[in-house]
Amino acid sequence: MSPRPGFILNVDKSYPGTLFWHGEGYRIEKLPEGSSVIYAPESLPSLSDPLGAIEDALDNPVGDSDPLDTLLTSGMRLTIAFDDVSLPLPQMVSPDIRSLIIEAVLERAARAGVEDVVLIAALALHRRMTESELRHAVGDRVYDSFYPRGLLLQHDAEDPKGLSFIGLTPQGEEVEISKRAAESDLIVYVNVNLVSMDGGHKSVATGLSSYRSLRHHHNVKTMVHSKSFMDRHNSQLHSSNWRMGAVIKEAGIKIFQIETTLNNDTFPKQFEFLQKREWEWNLKDRAKFITTSKALEATPPWMARNIFHSIRSPYGLTGVNAGEVDAVHEKTLERVYKQQLVHVSGQSDILTMGLPFIGPYNVNSIMNPILVYCLGLGYFFNMYKNKPLVRKGGVLIMSHPTRNEFDPVFHPSYIDFYENVLSETTDPIEIEAKYEKSYAEDPWYIHLYRTGNAYHGVHPFYMWYWGAHALDHLGAVIILGGDPKVAKRLGFMAASTLNDALAMASAYVGTSPSITHLHSPPLLMAQVE
Amino acid sequence: MTGATGFLGTALAERILNVIPDAKLILLIRAGRRASPIERAKREIIKNDAFNLMRERFGDDFDRYINSHLSAVPGDVSKPLLGLDDSGLDALASADIVVHSAATVSFDSPLTQAVSVNLLGPTNVGDAIKAAAQRAGKAPTDTHFITVSTAYVAGYRRGLAPEKLLRNTPFSPMPDFKTEVNVASQLRDEVERDSRVPERLEDFKKSARKELGAVGGPLLAQKLEKIRDEWVNDRLVELGIARAQSLGWPDAYTYTKALGEEALVSNHSDLAISVVRPSIIESSMIHPFPGWIKGFRMAEPIIISYARGLLKEFPGVPEGIIDVIPVDFVTGTILAVAAEDKPKPSTNIPVYQVASGSANPLRYKVLVDLVREWFLEHPLYDSQGQPILVPEWNFPGRGRVQKQLARLATNLEFADSIISHLPLRGERAELVTDLEEKKEAINRALSYVKLYGSYAETEAIFDVKNLLALWNKQSASDQLDFAFDPRLINWDSFVTEIHLPSVVKHARVKTTPDRKSTSARVDRTTSSILNDEFKVAAFDLENTVIASNVVDAYAWFATKDLPLGKKALFSLALMAEGPSLIASDRSDRGDFLRNFYRRYSKAEAAHLSEDANELFNSYLLKKAFPRAIERIRHHRRLGHKTILITGALDFVIAPLAPLFDDIVACTMTTDSRGRLTGNLDQTPPTGEARAILLGDFADKYEVSLSKCVAYADSSSDLPMLEAVGFPVAVNPEPRLLAMAKRRGWTIENWERQPGHSKLLLPIGKAR
Repeated sequence: MSPRPGFILNVDKSYPGTLFWHGEGYRIEKLPEGSSVIYAPESLPSLSDPLGAIEDALDNPVGDSDPLDTLLTSGMRLTIAFDDVSLPLPQMVSPDIRSLIIEAVLERAARAGVEDVVLIAALALHRRMTESELRHAVGDRVYDSFYPRGLLLQHDAEDPKGLSFIGLTPQGEEVEISKRAAESDLIVYVNVNLVSMDGGHKSVATGLSSYRSLRHHHNVKTMVHSKSFMDRHNSQLHSSNWRMGAVIKEAGIKIFQIETTLNNDTFPKQFEFLQKREWEWNLKDRAKFITTSKALEATPPWMARNIFHSIRSPYGLTGVNAGEVDAVHEKTLERVYKQQLVHVSGQSDILTMGLPFIGPYNVNSIMNPILVYCLGLGYFFNMYKNKPLVRKGGVLIMSHPTRNEFDPVFHPSYIDFYENVLSETTDPIEIEAKYEKSYAEDPWYIHLYRTGNAYHGVHPFYMWYWGAHALDHLGAVIILGGDPKVAKRLGFMAASTLNDALAMASAYVGTSPSITHLHSPPLLMAQVE
Repeated sequence: MTGATGFLGTALAERILNVIPDAKLILLIRAGRRASPIERAKREIIKNDAFNLMRERFGDDFDRYINSHLSAVPGDVSKPLLGLDDSGLDALASADIVVHSAATVSFDSPLTQAVSVNLLGPTNVGDAIKAAAQRAGKAPTDTHFITVSTAYVAGYRRGLAPEKLLRNTPFSPMPDFKTEVNVASQLRDEVERDSRVPERLEDFKKSARKELGAVGGPLLAQKLEKIRDEWVNDRLVELGIARAQSLGWPDAYTYTKALGEEALVSNHSDLAISVVRPSIIESSMIHPFPGWIKGFRMAEPIIISYARGLLKEFPGVPEGIIDVIPVDFVTGTILAVAAEDKPKPSTNIPVYQVASGSANPLRYKVLVDLVREWFLEHPLYDSQGQPILVPEWNFPGRGRVQKQLARLATNLEFADSIISHLPLRGERAELVTDLEEKKEAINRALSYVKLYGSYAETEAIFDVKNLLALWNKQSASDQLDFAFDPRLINWDSFVTEIHLPSVVKHARVKTTPDRKSTSARVDRTTSSILNDEFKVAAFDLENTVIASNVVDAYAWFATKDLPLGKKALFSLALMAEGPSLIASDRSDRGDFLRNFYRRYSKAEAAHLSEDANELFNSYLLKKAFPRAIERIRHHRRLGHKTILITGALDFVIAPLAPLFDDIVACTMTTDSRGRLTGNLDQTPPTGEARAILLGDFADKYEVSLSKCVAYADSSSDLPMLEAVGFPVAVNPEPRLLAMAKRRGWTIENWERQPGHSKLLLPIGKAR
């Protein structure tokens, strides 16, 4: 039987309640009758022979590209760049798809007599990965043979000697990328395309670039006009990256793009019930829900966090394509949409969502309030094509404990952003104008970014811009179960129960609003007509 | 006039300057260390609010008027001939009237001081009058010498105390004052000797250490000396009280005052002398304005302690008389006496008692009721903004109150001895300072009861026949300007409308429920630290910037290469050593560091340096205080220089380098194979060494220490904190918290970023 497509439940009397993620936990909430709950399509079948699929993709590239073997010649400089720890979420069961592809590429390079090979984790301004994260991404074999010799690098966007200025786009955007990559005869970029935002020209133009280059698309104006940034063809973020991709191509830099898509198998057996439709839970599922949620209640948050972050996803590979960036990416989008797209008719007054323990920027770490904001108003809100799930001036209710907790190792500038910037203003435009530069150029943050495992000083600003479109669109945001003080600092309200939240929302949308719930996991994307 | 800087003296000076334009006033004032007598007079007397009305009346002319009517000569009443030089003697000779009001009025002054000022003072004045007269070639009897004594020279006498010298009053014990002076003068030497015996010095050292912790030699010695001085003082007070009570006076004050009168009449019965004996002087009724008061005197602290709910009971007999007199009644009397004809020299010196007890008695119970009712209507407020309910007064005997308070004090002492041994910090350390404050309040209450209890129990009634006779002689207009008839006092309105409002105002206590926002205060102090003015900011590391210590870092390195199971075991074992490590840290930080660092002996220096970055990122940064790091960065943004002064090893703190302009840390020597020797190549920067280092940096950056900021958490950093203009106690341990509060230092409580387990074991991951 083929997997069932996405589904929209109309809440009636027989409805058993809906699972809401709530940080390092989850709860069942009863939405009012007449609400709609959007469920993702069921998981697509995974490829039975991933290794074969990889070899096939390398041999039969799409678009204007020769097969990889033809591109590899003895004496050439080869750089293999790969997505960092922000993908996929949660991290996948070993072996990571990246390690399989990298091994395949390396094998071919060895066969062709390529000796000058460097691997680069395409961090952009993300934190450096830890040893175990790197090992997981590239595999022990690759790690042990490359890292000790200094051939497995993490992109350093603040190394003045490690960057190359490539040129300007017609719009005057500066393009600057890793010098090693720019001076290579070939860049092979290995993607994990969890959502439709990932990949394409964004891989190199963002992943291997610097603050100087990034600021042209990571800013409030671009983000407000990316409707949504998950919809490549209606996203200014992507248009800018594509313009930069053109500049890179014109400069003669050759990229062999490899993109992979995953199915919806996000959680292993013991947490499978999370992604089932609630009325289809069997006895075991219910028992698991009750025991795990009770146990989590009694667990301190930091311990619950450790447990959740140790989960590895059994993601299955649904496809792999290689070759020319644009052609590869179109194929990728097709498959991502096939797995995630759900057709929804009409916008609602209220959009509800449960936010999980993890987002792209807190792998093995704390989901701090700014990341909560970004996950809700940035990522989840933007999981749409055509128009948002909630109408202009509508209300977003998102569930998360939103504690005043930060990771001082990974997110040092977030702490100061929260204390010193958000205490003054939450307006993205003002924040950008007044504070961005000083955080971006701060020597201590740069020091921690380059030598420690810290996100770049400017990163919390990007988080704030990520939500700028939603901020612009929404009438109000209510954090269900959030810390009221924190919610206030973010410029939002907090409610302790869903009924309270709906009562608060009535001030904006009246007393009989239409309600849509974006059910997760797994991820889905709404095509709103 | 002597004693012009005192309460009575200032009031008298104001009356004379304000109301008697023909008078020229010469003050005998002790020369201050920096100020000349006239400067002192202007600062301590003329600036007082007693002169507000006069200043208003004279306007721009005020200074000129004061300059032309007031002069001052240096001198000291406890010295022979008042320590006057020739010009001083000439000034004295020019005086028609000499008023001697200088005294050590505190009831608990040490015996030797009370003797030299109270007992010998009047005689010294008499000697000086004679010497001055001889120089000027005039008769000493031309000078009218008015000396201020106290009605309480009557001691434990019951019934009517007449206005006569004690030698002329029956049933008055009068020891030989010469013997008393001789014995007292030797007493100090004896007590000083006694304070220097080794056992006692050891005790002092213990208390000094308990109070300050491991602050290092010089500060400890300084503190010890202070404690010894206090001990000598206390002992002399004790001896004074004992001697006084054995002879029938409640304390050294009344006893020395009584002997002072006797010494005066024995030595100078050939001078024209009058004695004015006030009872307990309190705020003014009319002049210079109702409720005027200077200084915090005897009754005020008791009243305030009661109003704050600290003093629940005070001994006394309900029907007993509290003999209180407004200060302007005393000045009125003195001026009326001065206007009288000079008395004939004799041993029967005229005495005027300025007291209310016999003519217009205020009963103890009436006073207590008035006070209680007033505070019920006008309560003080606690820090939470709640009104404080004043307790009912039961008039218990003195013994019972003392016993109760003493028991309370012992309990608190015990609690304190336990709590002070716990490693509390920051907000939890408040517990200890709260306890400390309570203890202080109880001890204060106890001392009031001991000292003043006898005044509430006194049964002497002071006769005022002479006073009333003097009053009746005054013209109607003088009676208006210089009221001193005790029958004029309406106690109800004096207590509730004049005295209590004045006391409350002077005590600066909370009389409104509004809570002072602490954040505003914090903002103010931080804005004085964080501004554009160039500063040098020095930071201690452990518990100031990072909640970690040298033991942690060692454990992390040491466990790095251990098998997984043994890591936790090792860390726990090291933590079990904690108490003894803490003890050795407390006694001397330098020794502790030197000893502890031996454990690094034979470690590969290169390895440790490599691992330090990981230690920092995986452990230390998690235990860092983000507010501290932000503060350091804030200083740098303002262009200040930042300095880290720490006992940690240099390679451990290397990743912090970008935060600081200078780092002073411990460095270890290496052997020929690049292994650490476990020995430091210099003394660890601890205690006063830090203050000296900071001084060097201040020189380097050409800024004075008063423009330096120091952040530290422990009393071992006291020398550094004391040296700078902006000391900041960060997460202070109890001792430092107490000191910081007393001195009004900035206190910061910085915490680790929440989100990680509170208990973070220092365990390194294998390479």
